[in-house]
Amino acid sequence: MFNRTSISLFRLVWKNSKTKFSTQSLFPSARTTWTEQLEFTGKHSYEPIPVYRVLDRLGDVIKPEDDPNLPSDVLIKMYKDMTILGIMDKVLYEAQRQGRISFYMTNTGEEASHVGSAAALDPSDVVYSQYREAGVLLWRGFALQQFIDQCYGNRDDNERGKNMPVHYGCDALNFISISSPLGTQLPQAVGSAYALKGKNRIVVCYFGDGAASEGDAHAALNFASTLNCPIIFFCRNNGYAISTPVSEQYGGDGIAARGPGYGINTIRVDGNDALAVYNATKKSRDYALSENKPVLIEAMTYRIGDHSTSDDSTAYRSKEEIRQWSTNDDPVAKLRYYITSKGIWNDEKNKEWLEEAKKEFMVAFKAGEKKHKPHWEILFEDVYKFTPEHLEKQMAYMKQHVEKFKNHYPVNEFDGK
Amino acid sequence: MATIKSLSLLGQLNKLSYVNRHFSTTKLTAAKQMTVRDSLNSAMDEEMERDDKVFIMGEEVAQYDGAYKVTRGLWKKYGDKRVIDTPITEMGFAGIATGAAMAGLRPICEFMTFNFAMQAIDHIINSAAKTFYMSAGRVNVPIVFRGPNGAASGVAAQHSQCFAAWYTHVPGLKVISPYNSEDCKGLLKAAIRDPDPVVFLENELLYGVQYPMSDEALSKDFVLPIGKAKIEKPGKHITLVAHSKAVELCLEAAKELSGKGIEAEVINLRTLRPLDVDTIAKSVSKTNHLISVEQGWPSCGIGAEILARIMESETFFHLDQPAIRLTGADVPMPYAKSLEAAAIPVAKDIVEAVKKLLKVK
Repeated sequence: MFNRTSISLFRLVWKNSKTKFSTQSLFPSARTTWTEQLEFTGKHSYEPIPVYRVLDRLGDVIKPEDDPNLPSDVLIKMYKDMTILGIMDKVLYEAQRQGRISFYMTNTGEEASHVGSAAALDPSDVVYSQYREAGVLLWRGFALQQFIDQCYGNRDDNERGKNMPVHYGCDALNFISISSPLGTQLPQAVGSAYALKGKNRIVVCYFGDGAASEGDAHAALNFASTLNCPIIFFCRNNGYAISTPVSEQYGGDGIAARGPGYGINTIRVDGNDALAVYNATKKSRDYALSENKPVLIEAMTYRIGDHSTSDDSTAYRSKEEIRQWSTNDDPVAKLRYYITSKGIWNDEKNKEWLEEAKKEFMVAFKAGEKKHKPHWEILFEDVYKFTPEHLEKQMAYMKQHVEKFKNHYPVNEFDGK
Repeated sequence: MATIKSLSLLGQLNKLSYVNRHFSTTKLTAAKQMTVRDSLNSAMDEEMERDDKVFIMGEEVAQYDGAYKVTRGLWKKYGDKRVIDTPITEMGFAGIATGAAMAGLRPICEFMTFNFAMQAIDHIINSAAKTFYMSAGRVNVPIVFRGPNGAASGVAAQHSQCFAAWYTHVPGLKVISPYNSEDCKGLLKAAIRDPDPVVFLENELLYGVQYPMSDEALSKDFVLPIGKAKIEKPGKHITLVAHSKAVELCLEAAKELSGKGIEAEVINLRTLRPLDVDTIAKSVSKTNHLISVEQGWPSCGIGAEILARIMESETFFHLDQPAIRLTGADVPMPYAKSLEAAAIPVAKDIVEAVKKLLKVK
């Protein structure tokens, strides 16, 4: 029980000790100041992060000092890769519809984010992609024939018919085999970045607005920040995770707003502007490499195509919406306007190139379709570095079986060993 | 086929851990004693010294020396770069370790217990185990996922269970479930050196138990082969096959049976994938009787796999009686001591099962 004297004594002591506090709070968990204003910190407390751009919708440079002034051959390769991506998407999407391959995912609408970022990286940088970044691989030199062979899983597929279509991988191009479970590439990329610290290389990890909701994304951003890993987290925010619009995916200011929360430097960029993506990626790479720190890029874009061949997106968005985006803010057209106004491209060249590219693609497509499937023995290989006895036994058993019943199997469609 | 569950209330788990544990080594007389904990520690220490690509990652593994002190002293010796405390997210650090392995390092990913590895199982199964295959042999994942597994003491349903069968199901993984200190040292070293992902299932109750270590096992070159079982005790009347702590129960039962004139052959599986069926088959051809013993659940368990393999092989014709499984009860682990003891097999259950199978009173 307190009596009046003891209460006032307590107040006196408390008051005196209060004067000893500094204006800085001393909690180990946050370096900040005190406040006597009780209020929520929320969405209203900050302006939304702006979208960095270089080009306007007609391909004109807004601030001349922001023009990266890339050499003509680089610009033309960027444009050519973006257009060939469209041709590949059209043909392979149809091929799936005709039952020639089992699955496909298009890149349409997001070409600038692929090519713009890929061009700003060093080829030695390691890429962990999600599944819609074929343009990055194309930029690095993966041949059209290689794409087609992978989708067909034929004998020349560099993954030997073991991975599903569009799950490309290429060690020579430092592009890690694509993994289907959503978001797993994020912490794995951080692990690779940790391993590459001090080796003058960085890791780039692509993911979508949907994958950012996975727990893996949180773990990856948090670890990259605390372990100081040289990595670029490249989010392609294309508005939809299959059918889920971003309005149902998050309540905050997109993915970019999360960066500062993890202590990660962040850029929000126009993902339909190849030059803005290039500048953002270049700046991020320089920073990640020199400071051994992560960077988050949120590239704002729009997925023109369906999520995959298993999806019909008109079930959840209007044809009008798709048409608006593909006509008003087409990343490929934007770069074409730019290179045309630079005088290094014109309508005639464009027509010639599109015809040539289509022809080249169809030659590769037909060749890929005709190629034999990998030898069946490959089924048992690559499970372990050294094939264990039980798999060797199974293989020997199958060999006998196939030999005995070869008239009943389409052995002629498979590669000889 | 019958699954025999212990109804005995006498199964005093903790007491059992500290008796009759001197069966396993070759040189009994002058052998040095070492706890399972120290043997795991020395395996990691030696491999970290041998190869600077080896590093450890997990919760509390550095400054705190590990939740079970298995990484004791390693942070002091190797520093922040190679012994890494992580924020709490198994899915995160298992993924990061997997990525580091893809990039050429050799991570040891410690789970505080395998119960918590459920959060990370997608990385273990869909990424670590399959990447080599999906990349057509281009990207291998030399990683060890280790930590305590199986029935512990007094920690009930969510902290006391065996995941051996879960991981053993998966092609691309190697799964080790060691018993004593020699097993732990030789097999953990082998796991760290292995080019493929290895799941290494330790046993919390055995961490503090001392076992003899032969001079050979104390050497830095001591590595045991993955995929080879060990005959812990030879016998001619019945084959008892077990892994981890159940090996101890079998040895104890074998000792008691020996006094009754029954010589049981005890096989310590050591590796669950690839499974050394040849050693089991050879033994059964000699003893004509088989019981598998494990602390995990019966359905689709390790015992189920062993019996199926014997059933499918020529060894089936050597059996004089149907082979049986002795497993944990098909219930989540209860908390109360008496219930817990009733949920996992004890040596007495094995003795009874053997006598029943051999029709001995």
